[in-house]
Amino acid sequence: MTTPHTAPPAAAAAVPETPVAAKPSLSFRLDPAARKVRRTELWLLLLGMAMVAGYLAAVEANMLDTVTMDFWYPAGVLTAVFLGLHVVIRLRAPFADPVLIPVVALLNGFGVAFLRRLDLGRADADARPDLAIFAGDGGKQLLWTLIAVTGAAALLWVVRDHREISKFAWTLGFGGIILVLLPAVLPGSVSEVNGAKLWIRFGSFFAIQPGEFAKLMLLAFFAYYLVRKREVLALASRRVLGIDFPRGRDLGPVIVVWAMSLLVLVFEKDLGTSLLYFGMFVVTLYVATERVSWLIIGLILFFGGAVLAYVLAGIVGGPFTNFGQRVDIWLDPFAEPYDRGYQLVQSLLGLGTGGLFGTGPGAGSPLEVPEVRNDFIFAGMGEEIGLFGLTALLALYLLVVSRGLRAALAVRDSFGKLLAGGLAFTLGLQVFVIIGGISKLIPLTGQTTPFLSAGGSSLVANWLLVALLLRISDAARTPASTGGVRR
Amino acid sequence: MPEIVLTAARFGFLVLLWIFVFTVVGVIRRDLFAGSRTGRLVAAPRGVAGAAQAGDARPAKVKKGRAAHTLVVTAGSLAGTKITLGEAPITIGRAEDSTLVITDDYASARHARLVPRDGQWMVEDLGSTNGTYLDRSKVGGPTPVPLGVPIRIGRTSLELRP
Repeated sequence: MTTPHTAPPAAAAAVPETPVAAKPSLSFRLDPAARKVRRTELWLLLLGMAMVAGYLAAVEANMLDTVTMDFWYPAGVLTAVFLGLHVVIRLRAPFADPVLIPVVALLNGFGVAFLRRLDLGRADADARPDLAIFAGDGGKQLLWTLIAVTGAAALLWVVRDHREISKFAWTLGFGGIILVLLPAVLPGSVSEVNGAKLWIRFGSFFAIQPGEFAKLMLLAFFAYYLVRKREVLALASRRVLGIDFPRGRDLGPVIVVWAMSLLVLVFEKDLGTSLLYFGMFVVTLYVATERVSWLIIGLILFFGGAVLAYVLAGIVGGPFTNFGQRVDIWLDPFAEPYDRGYQLVQSLLGLGTGGLFGTGPGAGSPLEVPEVRNDFIFAGMGEEIGLFGLTALLALYLLVVSRGLRAALAVRDSFGKLLAGGLAFTLGLQVFVIIGGISKLIPLTGQTTPFLSAGGSSLVANWLLVALLLRISDAARTPASTGGVRR
Repeated sequence: MPEIVLTAARFGFLVLLWIFVFTVVGVIRRDLFAGSRTGRLVAAPRGVAGAAQAGDARPAKVKKGRAAHTLVVTAGSLAGTKITLGEAPITIGRAEDSTLVITDDYASARHARLVPRDGQWMVEDLGSTNGTYLDRSKVGGPTPVPLGVPIRIGRTSLELRP
């Protein structure tokens, strides 16, 4: 690592067969295979950014009746930011998956563009052409994108091998639990937004959702713990009805996580986060042990807990009331369409108005949907891009998840496998929870839509998640001959 | 803005979105079959195993274009893992710095090693407790590994693939 990257490339080119090239130093001279992969990534990224620019132009055409040159600025800033990340990847993870960054960048860019479109909708008709680039929700999201991508690049730069993370597993696990429980014990004035106690607010402008980061920390700990315990959990078991069930004492950690997620459900009034934590743990457990019984136990515990909470909401109320109400709205949103069911009814009407092809970028009225910039962003988009557009977005999420699982399959160590599998699954589960919620498949819970929703914590945490996946996929795809083992 | 432009933008964006999705799928498809040329998906004939069982008397012939390019884990906790082979030796064991780190109670810290010699990969046991097996015979010194013959280490099985 001592070779300075300022070494003249001509010297290396003159003697191509010297071992200089074999040194994994900081250099732009990539392995031919890696260069091909990175070139693919670059083209996909530029294609995605061109689409974001096209969308912004189409929005202006619809809303301003003309296309000003302003639409270039957000697209240009986004492209510059992602190109920066691309360069970091070239230097620090040359073999990483070429698909992850372009797909996530497109989702992120599309989110920024849609938020800007909402800002245009809120502004007066004659003030619209003057909307500054960093103004409003769209501008804020653009700034957060800058921060999030910088964070991801920093993670890739600092963590050279994902196995290093396992050294801090206990610290991360402990920190994660503290972050999860912190909002529950803080006073409501600091932690409560829209009925869910998930936040830590600093003043009126800046708020973070510690749970988003706790998610990643807990996953790292789960992966580490299960690699250590997988033999015991997989082998010591009793056979009941043809399915192997684990011994009672091995269930301990599962029960602890289950209790923790129930506490989140009750005291932070958030079904989505609690489902996310618990699902995350059960699936990592399943991946580690290859035992279907864990999935069965997990599903029974979760649904049992949710039904119990609903029943308790009817009998004792108190902390369970919020959850009970959400289930009632889900069962029949049209019972009180202008009152409690308003959000969900407007979301369903928005999706219905969009139909198959949508009304076109900027031609709908997504502002009719409450909270359209956070929880309901998918419904707002659905009105303008229709079922065809939403399906494409869902396909993009599916591709990210599948690439994460692919990295998990290919990486050579158990910790990396569990971590990548868990990260990919968590992302997929979060998309399912929120999009299932806004389309009335499951009770609505206040989750963010990864990469699309306005919200800094979620964006930063999800970009860190992508950085980890990139790091693991790089380890998985580096050929053994170019120093596949790095400590 | 004329209506026709807006309609073009409306459908054009959806078409582009799907073109992007299919481009990505195309990249993934190429990636999945990368390094596999025609006929690669067919496993090597099992009959080659006979050569290994008979001992070292007749070193397995390496035909042109049938050289091993990947090492695939076929059984055990790492099943599905693929390593693209280069010029460097592959070390297998529980030690963190092995090329293939296997968490298996029956594996030693430094269990075995795969070394290329003139295009032929040789497996060598590094004094492991429970031994390394090529198909059913125990491996001592460097032994040539034919394509598609399982190397067994504890509960893990590995195969060379073209």
